[in-house]
Amino acid sequence: MIEQVAEPLQQQGFAKVVLELEVNNHPGVMSHICNLFARRAFNVEGILCMPMSDTSRSRIWLLVFEDQRLEQMVLQLEKLVDVRSVRRHGAEHEVFERLEKFFH
Amino acid sequence: MMQMTGAELIVRLLERQGIRTVAGIPGGAILPLYDALSGSDVIRHVLARHEQGAGFIAQGMARVSGHPEVCFASSGPGATNLVTAIADARLDSIPMVAITGQVPLSMIGTDAFQEVDIYGMTVPITKHNFLVRSAAELLEVVPQAFRIAMSGRPGPVLVDVPKDVQNQLVSFEAYPEPAVPDPAPGLDMAAIESAAKMIDAAERPVLYLGGGVVHSGASRLAVTLAEQAGLPTTMTLMALGTMPVDHPLSIGMLGMHAARYTNFILEESDLLICVGARFDDRAIGKAAQFCPNARIIHIDIDPAELHKIKTAHVAINGDVSAVLEALLPRVKQSLRKRWLAHVDSLKSRFPMTMPGCDDPRTHYGLVHAVAAALDDEAVIATDVGQHQMWVAQAYPFRRPRQWLTSGGLGTMGFGVPAAIGAALAEPDRTVVCFTGDGSFKMNIQELATLAEEGLNVKIVLMNNNSLGLVYQQQSLFYGKRVFASKYRGEPDFLKIAEGFGIAAVDLDSSPNPRAALAQALQSRGPCLIHASISREEFVYPMVPPGAANTEMIGG
Repeated sequence: MIEQVAEPLQQQGFAKVVLELEVNNHPGVMSHICNLFARRAFNVEGILCMPMSDTSRSRIWLLVFEDQRLEQMVLQLEKLVDVRSVRRHGAEHEVFERLEKFFH
Repeated sequence: MMQMTGAELIVRLLERQGIRTVAGIPGGAILPLYDALSGSDVIRHVLARHEQGAGFIAQGMARVSGHPEVCFASSGPGATNLVTAIADARLDSIPMVAITGQVPLSMIGTDAFQEVDIYGMTVPITKHNFLVRSAAELLEVVPQAFRIAMSGRPGPVLVDVPKDVQNQLVSFEAYPEPAVPDPAPGLDMAAIESAAKMIDAAERPVLYLGGGVVHSGASRLAVTLAEQAGLPTTMTLMALGTMPVDHPLSIGMLGMHAARYTNFILEESDLLICVGARFDDRAIGKAAQFCPNARIIHIDIDPAELHKIKTAHVAINGDVSAVLEALLPRVKQSLRKRWLAHVDSLKSRFPMTMPGCDDPRTHYGLVHAVAAALDDEAVIATDVGQHQMWVAQAYPFRRPRQWLTSGGLGTMGFGVPAAIGAALAEPDRTVVCFTGDGSFKMNIQELATLAEEGLNVKIVLMNNNSLGLVYQQQSLFYGKRVFASKYRGEPDFLKIAEGFGIAAVDLDSSPNPRAALAQALQSRGPCLIHASISREEFVYPMVPPGAANTEMIGG
C-alpha cells in the first residue's frame, strides 16, 4: 500500500515575522519553546533571549516564516505554562536587523 | 512555623490534595520519598511490577474518577519506563501527576548512576513539567502541578525531585491551599447565539461528541441538546458511553471502524456540531473529504484545537458543559422528522453487522455475552488491537467513564494496569479488561499486582496468537504478505495466570461457555477468562488508512 507523502513545506517563499514572547525566567523554558517548534518541523530563523529588568521574566524574540501553520504555532506557544504572552510583529520590526552586524 | 524534609512535605501536600492511593516502584533516588510515605496514615501505596504499569494504574484511577492521580518512579530507568504511560495520558487528556526521583542536584549533568534527563525527555509529552531545585519550591510546585493537570484540557504533569531536595529541610508558616482548577474561559455569547441559529436552520445536522464531553461531565447536557434539537449523535472512540448506545438518536461510533451507516450519515450532513473532539484522523479519515457539505460548529476548551484540522464556521472556546448550558435555552425544539427518517433508512440499508453475535465462542458473541452478564455499573477497559475495536463496536456502553481505552496513543499493554487502577478507585464495581494475546504480554507482570491486591478485575483474553490488526492490515493491504505478525510459540495463559495466583477459566474447553463466563464474572476477585478467536476474523468495516471514511471495506 503506497501512502501519499506530503511535500515538505517550503518556508523560503513566505514573509518573515517577529514574535515577541514574555516568559518566566528559569532553566528549561527555552527547551520547551525550541522543542515545540522543532517537533512540528517549523524552523526558527533567529532566536534572541535576555532577562527583562524584572529578572524573574525574560523576553524572547523569534524570527520565523509566516506560513499557514504560524497561527497554530502561536496557539501552541500560548498553551505553554511558562509563556506569559505572545505578540506578533511584522518583518518591519528591526530587532534582528540591528543584530545583523554581529553575524555578517 | 513548621519544619520537615522535602519528602515529608510532598507526602503532606499529596494528602491535602486528596490523594489516597499512589502507584509506583521505589529505587535509590526516590527512597527518601518512600520513607516519608511509609509514615502516611492516609495514602496507600500500590507496588506495581513495572513503572509503566504504575503509570497506567494511576491513569486507570484518573479515568474513572476524573481527578488527577499520582504515580512514583525512581530516576533513570524508573523514570524512562514511565514515559509511555505519560505520553498516553497526554494524548487522551488524562489528569495525572508523575513524581520521579532524580540524582542529587550536584550530580545532575555528570552522567551519574541512574541519571537521565527525564525533564528534557518529557517536555513534548507532558502538559508541563518541573525540575525542583529546592525543598521550598515544593510548596509552589506541587499545587501548581495539580492545578495544571486538571485545568482546562486535562493532562499529565511531571515533577522531577533530586534526592538531596527530598532530604533537604524546609521551614514554612502554613501549607499552601490544595490546588483547584482554573476558572473556565468566559463565554462568547455572540458565537453561541450564531451556533444556535445554525442548528435551528440546519436540515441535516449531526452532533459529534468527543472525549472532552466526558472530561467536562457534560454527557447529560449533550444528550439533552440532541433530544431538544433532534440531532443524530455520533461519538468518537473516547466518547463512547456519553450517549447510551441504544438511545434512539445514537448513530454509534464514527470513523475507521464505524458502521457504514454512521459514516454515510456524516457524509450527508449539512451541519456538524463538534463538541470536545479534535478531528483525529482515525475518526475523520481523509480530512478534506470528511463531511464535505457540512458547516462546522466546534466547541472546545483548548483554543489550539479550533481550526487546527478543519476550519470551523463557528468556533467556541470554552468548557463544553458551560457552553452547552448556555446553548440549550437558545436552541429550538425540533422533531426533525424528515432527516431522522432518512437517518433511519440509512441505518436499515447499511446496518452494523455482527456475525456470530449469539455464539459466545466468536469475537462479537463473547463481547455480547460479557455485556449480558453485567449491568451498567461495570467498568470496561481494553487493551489495543482488534479486540478493542470489537468491544467499541459491540459493547452497549450507557454511561460516561464506563469505558477506559487508550485512544490517542493506542498503547498495547494499557488494559491490565488501567483495569487495576479502575478497581482501586471504584472497588465496588466489576472491572472487565478485554485484551488480546499481543497486548496482554506487554504488561503481563501486573498480574502479580492484581493478585496481591485481590481486586475484582476480570481479564477476558481474546487469543488469536498473533498481532491481529497487523495481520489484518498485511492481509488486506500488503498483498497477503504476512510477516512478523503470527507468533510461532504459544504460551499457556491459563498456567501463567495460575502461576501468578489468579483463577483461570478456559471457554474453549468449557461445555457451556456462556454459563462458565457468567459464573466467572459474578464471583468476586481476579480471574482470567481465556477464549480462542480465529485469526481470520477481521475488524469490519474498515476505512483503509489515509482514505475517506466513505471508502469503507467489508462489513
